[in-house]
Order: sequence, then C-alpha cells, then structure tokens
Amino acid sequence: MKSITVAGMGAVSPAGWDAAALANAVAAGQPLPTQDDARPGRAQPFRVRRVPQPCPHRDLLAHPRLRRADALSVFAVAAALEAVGADRAAVQSGELRLGVVFCTLAGGLAYTRRFYEGVLQNPATASPMLFPETVFNAPASHIAAVLGARGLNYTLVGGPGMVAQALATAAAWMLAGEADAGLVVAAEGLDWLTADGHRLFSRGVIAAEGAGALYLKFEADELPRPVLAAIDLPAAPGNPGQGTRAAKAGLDSEATASLLCDSQVGASALDRKISAGWRGWPGPRLSPLKVLGHALTAGAAWQCVAAVDALARGRAAHVWVAPGDDRGPAGGVWFRAPASFRACADSTAPTGFPAKPTRTIDTGTHERRDRT
Amino acid sequence: MSFPLAAPLTSARRVVITGAGIVTALGASWAENAAGFRGGRPAFAPVTLFDVGRQRARLAAEVPLPATFPAGRLTTRAAARMDRAAVLLLLATQAAWTQSGWETSDDLPFIVSTTSGGMSSGEAYYRQTCADPNDKRRLATRLMQYQPHRAPEQVAAAIGFGGPIQVLANACASGANALGHAWHWVRWGLAERVLTGGFDALSQMVFAGFDSLQALSPTLCRPFDARRDGLLLGEGAAVFALETLEAARRRGAEILGEIVGYGTSTDLHHLTQPHPDGDAALAAMTAACRSAGVTAEQIGYINAHGTGTPLNDAAEARAILRWAGGSAAGQRVSSTKSVIGHLLGAAGAVEAAICLMALREQWLPPNTTTETVDAACGFDLVRAPRAAKFDLALSNSFGFGGANATLILRRFA
Repeated sequence: MKSITVAGMGAVSPAGWDAAALANAVAAGQPLPTQDDARPGRAQPFRVRRVPQPCPHRDLLAHPRLRRADALSVFAVAAALEAVGADRAAVQSGELRLGVVFCTLAGGLAYTRRFYEGVLQNPATASPMLFPETVFNAPASHIAAVLGARGLNYTLVGGPGMVAQALATAAAWMLAGEADAGLVVAAEGLDWLTADGHRLFSRGVIAAEGAGALYLKFEADELPRPVLAAIDLPAAPGNPGQGTRAAKAGLDSEATASLLCDSQVGASALDRKISAGWRGWPGPRLSPLKVLGHALTAGAAWQCVAAVDALARGRAAHVWVAPGDDRGPAGGVWFRAPASFRACADSTAPTGFPAKPTRTIDTGTHERRDRT
Repeated sequence: MSFPLAAPLTSARRVVITGAGIVTALGASWAENAAGFRGGRPAFAPVTLFDVGRQRARLAAEVPLPATFPAGRLTTRAAARMDRAAVLLLLATQAAWTQSGWETSDDLPFIVSTTSGGMSSGEAYYRQTCADPNDKRRLATRLMQYQPHRAPEQVAAAIGFGGPIQVLANACASGANALGHAWHWVRWGLAERVLTGGFDALSQMVFAGFDSLQALSPTLCRPFDARRDGLLLGEGAAVFALETLEAARRRGAEILGEIVGYGTSTDLHHLTQPHPDGDAALAAMTAACRSAGVTAEQIGYINAHGTGTPLNDAAEARAILRWAGGSAAGQRVSSTKSVIGHLLGAAGAVEAAICLMALREQWLPPNTTTETVDAACGFDLVRAPRAAKFDLALSNSFGFGGANATLILRRFA
C-alpha cells in the first residue's frame, strides 16, 4: 500500500534559515525577539519579526534569477531547496517530475509598493526592474528555475488555508500520475504595509516573514516517513465551528491524544476567534506562531513543519494542522506518523526525520509510547 | 469537502460545459461578444479609468460597466464595496450560473484566476494611508477588497453557494491554468462539478508596469504583424460551469461544449521572456494533444496567445510550426487580443470562451489589425471573418514566470 509521505521539509523563519531552527524554537516555546519597523508618517514603529540576516546561502544570492529578486523569492527558494534536498539532481535531469505549488497572500508587496511609489511620482520613469518581480508567480518561477523543474507549477493566492489547497493539489497530481513528487512552498515578505494592515483588524499581532516548504512523495507505507493522511478543504470561509467537527470526523477512533497545531499568534483578540473553532479539543495543542509571529500563508506552512517535527519527536502519532484565517478556521491537514517510525531520543539529532531509519523501530513499543 | 488520499485517481471522465458567461470591452452578453469577435472589431479606446498622460501607451479595452448590477444575495452595502474586478467576475458568473441551471450547495469548488485581484482598491489604500496614517475610514474595506480571493468570496455569497475557493495567479496563463485545474478535478473524480474562470480589471499600477517594460504598443495591437510593436491591455472575465457528462445528461442540461485536453509547462529561460524556440510552448501544446488523444492535424483552429510583442509572437510562431510539423501551412490561427487586448489573468478563460463560441457557431475570429504578416508565420493567419467547419479548437496562454498552458475544446454534437 502507498501513501503520500512528507519526504522533506524546509523553512526560513525568524528562528533562522532552516527547518531545524524553526523546530527548535517552537520546542523551546519562547516568543522570538522582535524588531522595530519604521512606518512613514507614524512616530511609533511596528513590532515585527524578521528573518535573521545575513542569508547564509551566498551561492543562492548569486544565482542569476535571484540577484534582483524580492526577499520573498529568496526565502521561498531557500526553503524549497532544503525540502527537496538530494532529489534536486533527479529533478534537474528530468528523471523526477516535480509539481510545484506556491502559496502567498501578500506576494511581492515590498516591490509592489516601491513600484507604485514610482508610478505616483512619474509613471514614465517607474522602474522596469521592479515590476516583473511583483507578479504573484515570480517566486514560483525562481523555484522552478533553480530546481530545473519544467512541469506543473501553480501559484495559489489567498489566506493561510491555501496551504491545505496546495497540498491537495500536489497530492492529486501524484495520485493521478501527473507528477512523481510534489513541492508545496508558502512564502511572505514583510513591508510596513503588512503590519499597517494587521493593525486594522487586530492589535498586538506581530507580523513576520519567511517561508515554509513540504516535499511530498507517493510511496510505500513501509518507509519511515510521516504521512499526509487527510486534507479538509473549507466548505465556506469564516465558519468557526467547522474546524473541530471536520477534524474529529477525520480522526481515528484511537487518536484521542492527537495533537492540534493551531494558528494562535499571541494576540488576544485574534486568538479568541481562532480558539473558538477548537473549543472542546480533547488532546494537547501546539501554537508555533506564538513563537514565530503571524506570517499568513508562510505561517500555515510553518505550522505544517512544526507538526511534522512533533511527529518526529514522538509528541503524538497524529497531528491536525489548522491553518488560521482571520475569519475563522480554514480547513485542516492531518499528518500521522508511520507505525514503524519513532523519533531519535538524541537531542542533538536533526529535527524532522531521517530518509532512512537510524535504528530498528518496534511497532509495539511505538504504540505503547502513544498511550503514555 | 474532504480530500480523498486513499487511492490513485484513475478515472478519466468526460468534462462538459453547461454554462458560460463572458464580460469584455465588447459587452457583457454572449451575443455582443460573439458578434464582436466574429467581426474582429477592435474595442480599444483612450483610457479613462486613470491618467495615462505621461505613458507611452494611451489605449486599452475598458469594459463599459453598468452603474448598477444585480447583486443577488448581497446587501446593497456589501455590493457597494465590491472592487471593479469583483464586479466583472460577478457578471460573468451570474451568466454562467443562470445558463447552467445549477442549484446551490455548500460543496461547490470555485477555481478562478487573476493576476492583480482588486489592485485598484490596493492603490486607493496606499494613497490614503500615505496621505494620512491616522485616517482609517474605509481602509479595512480597501484592504479586504485588494486581496484576490475576496472577489470569488463575494461572488459565491451573492449567488448563494459555498465550497473551497482557489485563486490561481500564474500571470498571463492563469485563466487557462484555472480551467485546466478545474478540468482535472472533474476528470479525476475529485468533484462532480466545478465553477471556474478568470477575471482581471485595469489598474494604473499594472498599466504602468507593462509600459515601463515598453511592452505596450503606442499604436495598436497587431499580433503576428511584421511591424508589431507591443500589446494593449484589456479587462474582463469569463466563467464556466463544468460537470461530468453523466451529471449533465442526468439532469437534461444543454451541453455547450467539452474540454478534452490540457497541457502545461514551465519555461525556465527568463522571468519575462520566452525561449526563442518556443520549447515550453511546444511542450504545453504537445501535452494538451496527448491528454486529448488528438493530433495537430485534427485541430481546426488555434486561438494564439498572440500578444503582439516582438518576442512572444516570434516564439509562439516557432512553437506552432514545430508542433504542427507537416500540417503547419494549413493551421488556422488568430489572436483575439487584437480585438479586446490582453486580459492578463482573465485572458485564458475569455479566450476559451471565444473558442467555445467559434465551435458552436462555426466561424473563425480574425486578426483584423494585422497589416503585413510576419514571414515567420508559416501558418494560415485568419485576417478576415471566415465561416469554417471544425470540431476542435486549441487555445494557448503563456505568461511571466514561464507559465505556459494550452487547452483543447471540442464541439459537442
């Protein structure tokens, strides 16, 4: 029997430039430091969480496609490369058909703002260097160019729930035989406009930037990889009660200790709305965005990375990821650990999961661990 | 809507069109558009929506939006908040919905495309918040309207259905990608029916963007002309009701046509320029034909991407010749961007609607603005209105970021 597995993941976040940094920060549970972002015309700066600079991937920045690109594209490509890992060679040679789905809400907002500022000053001299990078699918194009992926490539635009849509799309491609593997990347940049927008809806939100990536394959259940078990696509936006009902409907009857990875961000008004959909959840919860910040679709991808890492650390056998939406839960994604997998006990081991098991795993032992 | 991940998707169901709506500078009805495309009458006029006095290009194909429109289940206040782009999508969707005869449900996927969503609302937001950071009146509304997924949400609320909403933004290939993606969903058994289409409205930001690249024509859009000098922008929307053939027959619906093929590829050559040999375009066209089980010789009409830019038309002409091989000389090709301009995120959907019109009524839309055909066009460029007998139409859409998509539609007899 075969399943859609998570064969790799990547992340760029205020915690650092890889998934391990994100996972360790979430595991530590402490909100990351903030920085002040000046807002023209306003004395009080915004508090934000930025990706640490400089970028450690100098070869990436020197790539012809990224020399003029927005930070958003750099984040997206870095996360994508980490997720795909050694399979990059097979993608470039054409041996492995990779379907790419990129998600964003704000897109290249920083470049869009700068270009429009130029338009307002004098449209005849607005910079042609900026405009191409403002299109929503520019990051997806750069991902494809760096990876050498010539096949299916979609950019989905919307709220955090788009990550669930993207996973469903990539999975469908594989199940239908249109792709051998799927790469879902979500990325958001940070501009004062982003934080400016948040303050209209919920004070206390700390806007963040970065990217998250999941690399999926359709492979045998025996492999020790987390499984993408189910996806619930929202029937209608802003239906707060739907989240819990859908999650419970999809859960195995033994999974009462399943972990909920929610989208609470540490801002009380917004978190109250998000919590309302999960009232009565029986199991433990994980709120990675309280540590990392509110990063729209990238935040939803971070939730998935944190969820898969939680499986690897043995926190649960099932994790339900609830991507947030300012108007209520927006569908969900269910990951489960394979029966044969158990996290490394060594705290210095890389987070996530190994491509090959580092030791023999006893299914019976794993089940007993689930119940304690 | 639960997404099944339990089994490989192997079903290959036939996907038919039972409702279609189109809004362009030619008008908001099927009849107005069919008459305009059949005659090849250019719909360009001086831009009135924003100031283009300092731009190279001055023309576009603006839609004459009505002052009021049926808002369905939206309140007057909610309807008044809709961005221009959302209104275009609403008009096209209402037409498709009415024609389809569908009943509402909470589980109807709505897959649409756009490149800029409510950009004019975003522009207004920016100007207001810069002028006075403390003036928050209507800022929240403007921010919400700017977001591309807001338009389909409002349209769904206006008509009264619910379900997962996906917004594809694959630049100028978006519309074809949205239709193709929806076709996949129905064909593979992920949904029995899907509402799909594309929309985009003119905005100062995007107009200035293309002008900054010197991609806009200071004269007229003349696809495949030896002296072509750029594209002209337009705006509009097209929406389709797609469902399985079995479902349509079961409820006795009128079937307007069928989507039978879809191919897509990614051009890695450059962010904005196609590979000069049209490699990725060739890949998309070939994949579409393979998925449809047809050969180039069987295609009766090609609706080219044909923007009128020097680079796109050269690369696409090369791709068509390579794809058609020995049948190239007989391939009947035109670009309807010579009539309504480049609709960006709506282009692929609107041009699929034009193919549907042409198939149903058996005519070929002409390129009436082309004066001297580029010698690189080794195919039959349709330059005057022409009746024709044909069963299959192919529509190309190629965009920034290397997004390439091809659709094949079949006349339903």
